[in-house]
Amino acid sequence: MGFVVLGLVSPGLGLVFWKTVAFLIVMFILGKFAWPPIIKALSQREKAIEEALRSAQMARDEMKELEARNEKLMQKAKEERDAVLTEARKMKDKLMEEAKNSAKKEGERIMEETKKQIHYERMATITELKNEVASLSIDIAEKVLQKELEDKNKHYSLIQEQLKKVKFN
Amino acid sequence: MLLTGLLMVASLASLYASNTDNLNANKSPEKADKPGNELDAGKIILGKVLDHHEWPLFKIGDDYVSIPLPIILYDRDEGTLHMFMSSRFDHGHSSYKGFKLDEDERIVPVRAGTMEVDPTRRAPLDFSITMTAAGVFITLIIMMLVFIPIARKYKRKGNCPPKGLQAVLEPLILFVRDNIGVAAIGKDKYERFMPFILTMFFFIFFANLLGLVPIFPGGANITGNISVTMVLAAMTFFTICFSGNKQYWMHIFNPPGIPWWLKFPIPLMPIIEIVGVFIKPFVLMVRLTANILAGHIVILGLLVLIFIIGNISVTAGYGAAAMAVIFTVFITFLKFLVAFIQAYVFTLLSAIYLGMAVDDAH
Repeated sequence: MGFVVLGLVSPGLGLVFWKTVAFLIVMFILGKFAWPPIIKALSQREKAIEEALRSAQMARDEMKELEARNEKLMQKAKEERDAVLTEARKMKDKLMEEAKNSAKKEGERIMEETKKQIHYERMATITELKNEVASLSIDIAEKVLQKELEDKNKHYSLIQEQLKKVKFN
Repeated sequence: MLLTGLLMVASLASLYASNTDNLNANKSPEKADKPGNELDAGKIILGKVLDHHEWPLFKIGDDYVSIPLPIILYDRDEGTLHMFMSSRFDHGHSSYKGFKLDEDERIVPVRAGTMEVDPTRRAPLDFSITMTAAGVFITLIIMMLVFIPIARKYKRKGNCPPKGLQAVLEPLILFVRDNIGVAAIGKDKYERFMPFILTMFFFIFFANLLGLVPIFPGGANITGNISVTMVLAAMTFFTICFSGNKQYWMHIFNPPGIPWWLKFPIPLMPIIEIVGVFIKPFVLMVRLTANILAGHIVILGLLVLIFIIGNISVTAGYGAAAMAVIFTVFITFLKFLVAFIQAYVFTLLSAIYLGMAVDDAH
């Protein structure tokens, strides 16, 4: 019994020997073939994950920036569109104004011309009418004179009468 | 739960086997006929936690079955090496090549052809592959079978999420790396010691777990054996000695910041420091063995209680069995925890001592 209890705390030579040899061999083998690749892969994976996370963050930031830029571009485009529209409206108004003006002018000019034409026409007609009236009057006068002058005596007496009224001093 | 139950049954069976085994081996034949009356709890428990030259499995009828292990002896008187299987000793009943197993399982020289101890010859150097040594080999083989394929997996597709066994062990590897290696040694120096720390941690952890399995290939009391923990502590000791830097040794032989009269004429502080260098691994050794051994002994004690009470009254034996089983299940769960904690503590302390030895700035 005494030795049995002592056996709990007394190291055995063979066991120490085998344990040392086996443990060193396994530590060497694992230290050569197992632990380095595992540790390396783990840290590599950690790095990869970190990298991925960072690049995702970067992508997100870039996206945000892009969006902001798009927004800005959109805003600018809108403004430009508005400006163009305003410009176009202005241009349209101006053009219309101009067209109106020119139409008015043209109309006035045409009116003027027409008026002139009408005036001339009227003048011509009036002249013609005058001439007609004149020749007609002459004809009538001629006829009247002819008729009047047929009675010479009458004219003669009239003249005489008139002469008598004239007093010579 | 089911697993624990199975373990329980198996351990009861093997306990019964070794119970009778011890009695058969140690008592005279007429006494062995009624083994129940000769129950020696201390002997049985110690017999289970001590090293053997064979691996007991179970008992069929009066014969118990065990795996014979190689005996390797160096005869110091004749300078010869003997190698044979332990089955030659017939569980201590016969001698072979002038040696026999005595009742404490030591190999002693005998007079040729008899079973009488020969006091004129010196005891041989026993390099046998004992049960614990075989357990060590099994643990180490399991480690290689586990970690080399895993390493290959990591090499092939390290960036993929871990699968299977790799997924189970990866958190442990990361735990050892981050909470032991990096935490105790430091970020820039830990990598050199990782193979040592990882091998140490997983050896202790696997051996502890294997110790919880009561049947082959478990059942060997590996980390509860002082030789094993002594070697582990010696590894830590030598690693510290070989990797300690100038500052470390300076702190031991000429600690700075300490009044001169503590160093001269009596080098009090250096003596304390040098003693500390040896005490550290010694404490590592004792702590691991004591913890694991204590767990084994508690469980075995609870189980032996069944037979002791059963000897007094069979009915009380059944009651005791129920109680003992409940307690044993509890202790077994506790031992799962202890298996991890002791592996952690041993490795962490080793790493802390290593970290102190390689630290640049104090």
